[in-house]
Amino acid sequence: MSAVDIVDRPPPPPRGWPRRRVLGYALLALWALLALALVWFLVTAWKPEIFERYAPSYVDGVKVTLLLVAISVAIGAVLSVPIAYARMSNNKVLAAISYAYVYFFRGTPLLAQTFLIYYGLGSFRPALESVGLWVFFREAWYCAIFAFSLNTAAYQAEILRGAIDSVSRGQWEGAAALGLPRWVTLRKIILPQALIVALRPYGNEIILMIKGSAIVAIITVYDLMGVTRLAYARTFDFQTYLWAAIIYLVIVEVLRHGIEWIERRITIHLKR
Amino acid sequence: MQSAWTLLSWGPEGWLDDIAYGVFITVSLALATLPVGLAIGFLVALAKQSEEASLRLAGNVYTTIFRGLPELLTLFLVFYGAQIGIQKLLQFVSPGATVEVNAFVSGMIALGVVFSSYSSEVFLSAFRAIPRGQYEGGYSIGLSNVQTMRFVILPQLIRIALPGLANLWLILLKDTALVSAIGLSDILRQVGVAARVTKHAFLFFGLAGLIYLALAIISSVGINAIERAVSKQAVRR
Repeated sequence: MSAVDIVDRPPPPPRGWPRRRVLGYALLALWALLALALVWFLVTAWKPEIFERYAPSYVDGVKVTLLLVAISVAIGAVLSVPIAYARMSNNKVLAAISYAYVYFFRGTPLLAQTFLIYYGLGSFRPALESVGLWVFFREAWYCAIFAFSLNTAAYQAEILRGAIDSVSRGQWEGAAALGLPRWVTLRKIILPQALIVALRPYGNEIILMIKGSAIVAIITVYDLMGVTRLAYARTFDFQTYLWAAIIYLVIVEVLRHGIEWIERRITIHLKR
Repeated sequence: MQSAWTLLSWGPEGWLDDIAYGVFITVSLALATLPVGLAIGFLVALAKQSEEASLRLAGNVYTTIFRGLPELLTLFLVFYGAQIGIQKLLQFVSPGATVEVNAFVSGMIALGVVFSSYSSEVFLSAFRAIPRGQYEGGYSIGLSNVQTMRFVILPQLIRIALPGLANLWLILLKDTALVSAIGLSDILRQVGVAARVTKHAFLFFGLAGLIYLALAIISSVGINAIERAVSKQAVRR
């Protein structure tokens, strides 16, 4: 008996039409039908004057969405470092304050936070005017950036903390044994390992921000959702929403695959 | 100028009764969405872990679409799309008839669809954590497919999926705030009305934040209790 005969072969895939295959093809046919219906609807609803009028504003809307997310995520990344530091510090007061901050921003809806800043801070108008900050908080755009930055800072602080915690204590101890200062240890030993762990959550956070940023349309910022709402209110044409859905899906999918590609690249040395 | 205590009192003078109604709407919307989202999510997860490639693909398309769309846009698509769709269908039956789509039901469908696309991923990873031997053991003592799922797999699946599902519940609770945009009187909308009428915006929106926090804390307590109860059933190894 040769070795080949002993090998346990995987069972052959079922042939013919078992029930689950029928179901699978039926569901795929349903999706295909929906996709065709979508294309058919968009083709028949195509009006050159609507396209000419609103296509430029959609492009602006995409730019506003991406800019808003980019600025907020960048500011949030800077803010998240001291918050994560405070969260991990041995100082009880610091840890409690940062815990409360993170808990508040992760426990309440982003929409409520945006309203609290955009409408709520109006209650302090005289005080804000006297320090010259009213110019800033009067604008929906700045309020949105402010609210989103504070929100994403809380989430990013947790990502950072989790990633640093995921590096084993032995790495710190090994570096200390070599006589490296803590700061150098963090920068050259801990962070490179932590950031690999953090990449996927960071990517998810950016995608969540892109999706979450749609709510700024409610406080009159003309991002992709905002221009869509405006176009719908003027034309009562449902294709305005469908185009927005397609654009959002494309943005999110491109980002998702981009992040997966980066992850494959930077973990190449871990593959065995 | 009324004091904050009068504004927050119960009755015609204060706004507490209106806000309490908002809390009722928010909580009942989240509770109504949960079973829908769990059921659809479980079915989609079943499709995604199937050996049949076409079923897997169909499930993945579902997840890709509804995880990629902003929740607010999904809500608008359901709310306006259903309105237009039903209107068109009604034209065949009785021309000239108009319908108003219920905002609560629209919110339930939209949030349920979003919830299910995330929960299907949680269920899927839980399915993967259960070794094949569990299925084989079930079949070998003569249980049918459904019985194996019901008595052998599901009890373990729930235990593994619980932390992920608890997270999704907290996210769902926050996402209900979006229905205020289609005119449902949830916490955020009631608070917004109060803020506009009384001009005490910070007080009322701050209160809304605290209410959401309280709901999250109550949920965590409940989730911990459920987790303890479920882990008690686990077989000690």
